[in-house]
Amino acid sequence: MTQPGTIEAERSRDIRKRWLLSLPALLIVLLAATGPLLIVLLYSFLTPGPYGDVLWKASPDGWIGVFLEKDIFTETLSLADAHVSIFVRSVLLSLATTVVTLLFGFPTAYFIATRPERTRELWLLLITIPFWTNLLIRTFAVLQIIRNEGLINTLLMKFGLIERPIQMLFTDGAILTGMVYVYLPLMVLPVYANLEKLDFRLVEAAYDLYATPFRVLTKIIIPLAKPGLIAGSILVFIPALGAYVTPSILGGGKNLMLGNLIELQFGQGRNWPLGSALSITLMLIVTVALLVYVRNVGSQEKRHG
Amino acid sequence: MAESNAVEIRDVVKVFGFGEFAFSAVDHASIAIRKNEFFTLLGPSGCGKTTLLRLIAGFEYPTSGEIILNGEDIGTMPPFKRPINTVFQSYALFPHMTVAENIGFGLTMLGRPKQEVRDRVAAMLKLVRMEKLADRRTSQISGGQQQRVALARALAPKPKVLLLDEPLSALDYKLRKDMQIELKRLQAETGITFIFVTHDQEEALTMSDRIAVMSAGKILQVDSPRAIYDAPADRFVADFIGETNFLRGRIGSVSDGIAQVDTPMAGRVSATLPRDFVAEGDVTVVLRPEHAALCAADEPSGCQTTGTLENIVYFGTDTHYHVRLGDGETQFMLREQNKPLQRQRLSVGDRVGIRFEPNAARVLRN
Ligand SMILES: Nc1ncnc2c1ncn2[C@@H]1O[C@H](COP(=O)(O)OP(=O)(O)OP(=O)(O)O)[C@@H](O)[C@H]1O
Ligand SMILES: [Mg+2]
Repeated sequence: MTQPGTIEAERSRDIRKRWLLSLPALLIVLLAATGPLLIVLLYSFLTPGPYGDVLWKASPDGWIGVFLEKDIFTETLSLADAHVSIFVRSVLLSLATTVVTLLFGFPTAYFIATRPERTRELWLLLITIPFWTNLLIRTFAVLQIIRNEGLINTLLMKFGLIERPIQMLFTDGAILTGMVYVYLPLMVLPVYANLEKLDFRLVEAAYDLYATPFRVLTKIIIPLAKPGLIAGSILVFIPALGAYVTPSILGGGKNLMLGNLIELQFGQGRNWPLGSALSITLMLIVTVALLVYVRNVGSQEKRHG
Repeated sequence: MAESNAVEIRDVVKVFGFGEFAFSAVDHASIAIRKNEFFTLLGPSGCGKTTLLRLIAGFEYPTSGEIILNGEDIGTMPPFKRPINTVFQSYALFPHMTVAENIGFGLTMLGRPKQEVRDRVAAMLKLVRMEKLADRRTSQISGGQQQRVALARALAPKPKVLLLDEPLSALDYKLRKDMQIELKRLQAETGITFIFVTHDQEEALTMSDRIAVMSAGKILQVDSPRAIYDAPADRFVADFIGETNFLRGRIGSVSDGIAQVDTPMAGRVSATLPRDFVAEGDVTVVLRPEHAALCAADEPSGCQTTGTLENIVYFGTDTHYHVRLGDGETQFMLREQNKPLQRQRLSVGDRVGIRFEPNAARVLRN
């Protein structure tokens, strides 16, 4: 028989042991996850060095530079139009990417989920094939298709539909096309995982209760697939916001996105503090966007519960 | 008269698969289901009951044949246009809606005004005695309650016909008995035609106005429960509904609808002939276990036949006796009601006599 006192003691010893055992893992997670972040945060408050790097002298200029611009001659501050427009463009392009991947990804996922069980795996394989190829190569493939001498323009001219090539490359449309292509699987997979679990007897029940196919979609299938749609949106929106390769190749360095702006500061711009401040701003945007998104969805769930 | 029928199924065939895999789940079925009727489709697993129901609901389209509702062939009309609702075996309640939202779904889809939907939902909740749980999620109620929500949801839009696919099979015995009574009450109160699917023959006999017995996609007999039980159309129906003894024999003489049949096992048996049936030659005679009784083997004059008692099964209300007849092959079953304070007077291995109730035996059509 164990006395109550010893049970208490044993339990606390047990808890201590558990903490001790998980300490290495916790340390690695802490260092690996927050360490670099802390360095970035620290750098954002330092002075840029002449050849990149930072000087160990505190300065708010990095953060001021995120949205404001110092006139070299008059030393007056004004809104950094270029940065603001890049922020706005990044958010809009990422939102557009999310919406377009939703529009394409949902029907695709639905199509796969309604195939016979055997052929589903084949379809999924086809969806994931682009993942096997390097991002750079995939992006260049898109470039080959849409550039002035590319597939589309050549064909259109051959059939006499246009006289001069349409400028598609180096536009926001090009960036959007590229990002949609690159991120589409990230939307399809979680939505498919959700739709695959969907009980299609519910769809029949809705048809039975006078719901037209469109109503079945909006009242039954989409609400039930919501977790997958949310997961897919998050998986597409976040990397799209920080995308670097796609906008730099298809946007031609003219139409920058946040990722390119940040890269610029660490490269040619030699302004590491500004780059750091921009990185953290990007992170904050993502965090706020996620919080708003999750909060909205969460409250909807609660209303039902 | 066509108008007295709620649904009429005319020579409907449903084939699944193609070529050599083609398989008729419903095979030239014809039934006329009357208005306000509690109609049951009864048959063993895989005989096509669900398929027939899905054809009526519109989830499947017939390969050939017609499904008539209000004098119109609705065979290829999509389910959301048919004034027919279904109670699914799995209930299929919408998990993202409350009980009340589930019940109101059909009416909302029909575009009824909000107030009307609210009133009707309240009335339906009352009808199935679920007022208190209106705002619960469907995952937060018991199986029996889910069953009643499914019922209320299907009844709310006031369909012409309600289809029920084994709605009680997931419930435990006691709850099932309660729900059987509840279903009968709802059918009487709403006056809606119920087409009910079950493979439980007792359920079918107690609840139905008429029963259709199905086997391998074919409709074998459509009749009242009493007629199905007392006058089964063929061997399959006789065997499937209740327990039956089959005796082979040869027609001796016929008079006044009663045939004298000579059987090798039980001598001359007087059996009722089906109407309009010209009996001759070899026939099969059926006798229900409760229409026979034990008698003393040593006074064979009063007994139809004798045999060896092989098994005694006590059932509470009655006792079943399995008797091996003289030829050593045929097993005969009979049932006697238990009387209070009765002591067991027989044991396995005893020689017993069997007495038949006069004219209770029936000649099968084939
Ligand atoms: N979609 C389908 N494709 C191919 N065969 C089918 C399909 N649906 C049903 N069947 C076949 O049709 C036959 C009848 O099926 P059905 O579901 O109607 O039987 P049931 O009488 O309802 O049986 P149970 O009592 O087991 O529910 C079965 O042999 C079944 O395998
Ligand atoms: Mg079935």
